[in-house]
Amino acid sequence: MKRFARLFAAIDATTRTSVKVAALAAYFADAPDNDRLWTVALFSGRRPRRAVTATRLREWAAERAGLPVWLVEESHPVVGDLAETIALVLPPPERDEDRSLSHWIDVLRDVAKAPEEARKTAVLAAWSAMDTPRRFLFNKLITGSFRVGVSRKLMTRALAQATARDEAELAHRLMGDWTPDNVTWHSLIEAEDPTADASRPYPFCLAHPLEAAPDTLGAPGGWLAEWKWDGIRGQLILRDGAWHLWSRGEELISDAFPEFARAADFLPPGTVIDGEVLAWEGEQPLPFAALQKRIGRKSVPKSVLQQAPAMLYAYDLLEWQGEDIRARPMAERRSILDSLLENLSTDAPIRRSPLLRFETWDDLAAQRATARDRRSEGLMLKQAASPYHAGRRRGDWWKWKLDPFTIDAVMIYAQSGSGRRANLFTDFTFAVWNGNDLVPFTKAYSGLSDEEFAEITRWVSRHTRQRFGPVRQVTPTHVFEIAFEGIQASSRHKSGVALRFPRMARWRKDKPVQEANTLDDLKAMLAAYG
Amino acid sequence: MRDPVLTFTSNGIFCPAGGFYIDPWGRVDRALITHGHSDHARPGHARYLCTEAAAPVIRHRLGDIVLETIAYGEQRRIGDALVSFHPAGHVPGSAQIRVEVSGEIAVVSGDYKTTPDGLCEPFEPVRCHSFVSESTFGLPVFRWRPQAEVAAEIDAWWRDCAAQGVTPLLAAYSFGKAQRLMAMLDPSIGPILTHGAVENTNAVLRAQGLALPQTIQVTPDTKIADHRGALVLAPPSALGTPWARRFGAVSGGFASGWMMLRGIRRRRAVDRGFVVSDHADWDGLNEAIRETGAERVYVTHGYTEIFTRWLNTQGYDAQVVRTEFRGEAGEEDTA
Repeated sequence: MKRFARLFAAIDATTRTSVKVAALAAYFADAPDNDRLWTVALFSGRRPRRAVTATRLREWAAERAGLPVWLVEESHPVVGDLAETIALVLPPPERDEDRSLSHWIDVLRDVAKAPEEARKTAVLAAWSAMDTPRRFLFNKLITGSFRVGVSRKLMTRALAQATARDEAELAHRLMGDWTPDNVTWHSLIEAEDPTADASRPYPFCLAHPLEAAPDTLGAPGGWLAEWKWDGIRGQLILRDGAWHLWSRGEELISDAFPEFARAADFLPPGTVIDGEVLAWEGEQPLPFAALQKRIGRKSVPKSVLQQAPAMLYAYDLLEWQGEDIRARPMAERRSILDSLLENLSTDAPIRRSPLLRFETWDDLAAQRATARDRRSEGLMLKQAASPYHAGRRRGDWWKWKLDPFTIDAVMIYAQSGSGRRANLFTDFTFAVWNGNDLVPFTKAYSGLSDEEFAEITRWVSRHTRQRFGPVRQVTPTHVFEIAFEGIQASSRHKSGVALRFPRMARWRKDKPVQEANTLDDLKAMLAAYG
Repeated sequence: MRDPVLTFTSNGIFCPAGGFYIDPWGRVDRALITHGHSDHARPGHARYLCTEAAAPVIRHRLGDIVLETIAYGEQRRIGDALVSFHPAGHVPGSAQIRVEVSGEIAVVSGDYKTTPDGLCEPFEPVRCHSFVSESTFGLPVFRWRPQAEVAAEIDAWWRDCAAQGVTPLLAAYSFGKAQRLMAMLDPSIGPILTHGAVENTNAVLRAQGLALPQTIQVTPDTKIADHRGALVLAPPSALGTPWARRFGAVSGGFASGWMMLRGIRRRRAVDRGFVVSDHADWDGLNEAIRETGAERVYVTHGYTEIFTRWLNTQGYDAQVVRTEFRGEAGEEDTA
């Protein structure tokens, strides 16, 4: 694993993407096949099955280090990463074995099947054969997603450099539910017929938020506009008599949405549609919360299928008659999609996401203002002449969302973050007034600058009233404007509401704590938009 | 029960028998100072006492103050207390202050490290009944490697930068850390350029006889091209400022105990983090406390709650004392 550790050190020691890509490309060019295959797997979110729980790891590390478990537990939030905490508390290694990355992954996979005593022996033996950097990586393989400052996109770029292959083509090859067990380096990266896998999705085209006024995009005639829906972005694949539904997170979610089995009754094989999966009621989408009952399900109870049936709101066609048509202009893909769905029976679990008619940007802005009444978040703008890009590319697809809801709330609890935000207070609980009481209603983690996080951290450490483990109760003093995208009734929250995508929009230093909003204000929003 | 040798007041650590404070933050009549860092040596006291070796920096920083000095190991009676200063190994001139009242001994260690750094007077354990300890790095995840290994790592980076025509810009606290780095790096690689804040302290330390390698102060006229292969030493506050832009392509380094943690290293967004601290690591803290033979330990700044709990499990009578001391520069404001 020394080679992999060197790669990691090179990536970790720089903030420059060009240096990271070069280090990865060099690694891909000369690492053994099994190691580079696993490296591609790890950097695209695949990892070996978890062999040991965090609790056991902490116990074994504490025992080996001769420390009480609570001390390892208390160190964790300071370090911000369990794998690193354990690597640091362990005593120096007893020997130095240089085994490959895939060797250690095999060890972990054997460990997963072994009884607990054997697991412990194997993990302790591994720890005593590695230095701190390799221990950290080994622990990372056990404990979590391998997020190390390399996005999948960077990894794909490096792979393209190392193999002299087209980046978009590689991105497509890396999609789907392969694992290093069912592919080889050759079949995944090099073999001539990668579409052998009939379930493989295309990389999703992603939009940037539109920050400027839409007239900066030029004449409105060159653009298509649709409602932006708050559901699950999905790709429905019909090939060879089978069907597959993929989420944007590249999870196969067919089991959670059995409704789409019927799509094959209405559409020919060799069809791949991009759209939004929404829960449906009458002829209107339900709020996102109705879909939450489906997430992670292997089977769906009848009651859910009846109360909140799912529908695909189709907005793009990626494959037609077995042909990849992503390079054709948006307007052409859309018109084929429209003719395909035009006379579709209302029994089909698919609808066209309608295109909006507009002559001017002002005209479109006026329609956008009515989005909430349609349970939409705003608009999507797509350049009529654009191809379907792989990933996020600036310029052709824009999301033009409504301004978020906002409410002024009081910070009452603080907790430190993890990763690069370890040792800083970044996770806060907010409350609104109910009479003289402060009722907590949401947490938020993002939206402040590094300087603001440093400033609030200074303040929290001097104004802690009480500690509950890692959580600090603070004197209610600071008001923050919380922005959010939606509000729902919730019996699980003390306040009776749950927010969608809450974040800190502004630190309202100008606002005294008494002037924060009230629970009645939240309830009024719930009544109007819930 | 006898009156304690030390009490902890809103002005700072106080010795009732001697009528003096140690490193007070409130304004007091008589202040005994462990070392010259600004959270320990503050302005505004009527009278000061520190070691001879600490005095020049303290005078330089605090200006015209009434300051007496004392040699390491010299005993002096103040009121009913017997006082002496002993090396703390933190920065040049730094001391632990030993206070004896009617046979009861307390030691205030200020900031300390137990391993020699080749520059300042090495730490000396002092037997006592009560020990006041910092805990800046009081968690078992903080363990320093030998200085020579870290020096080799920084030298390698310096050489690498020199070979690539990039200027290594190393950020370190301007009193103590900066001079330690100068003294531990390989002077044959190239010249060392310094920020004014570092060079001012260098001048004070050289004047009192400390042997420091040659340095060149950066001025508005400095052209980096005239100093091929140079390393630049500057306080952390100078990173990312217009001052730093004159060096063209730089590789940023940061020398601090906090660089042990990947999250903090990444947050700093420097190219290289080097683990160099003037505070004791986990093993150093535990060893220092053991060697005092103290029964009572008062834990001041750092991971006070956790370290105190640990000490109590180890059989000490330990408690947290709230002070206004800060930890190591670079990450004073931690959760």
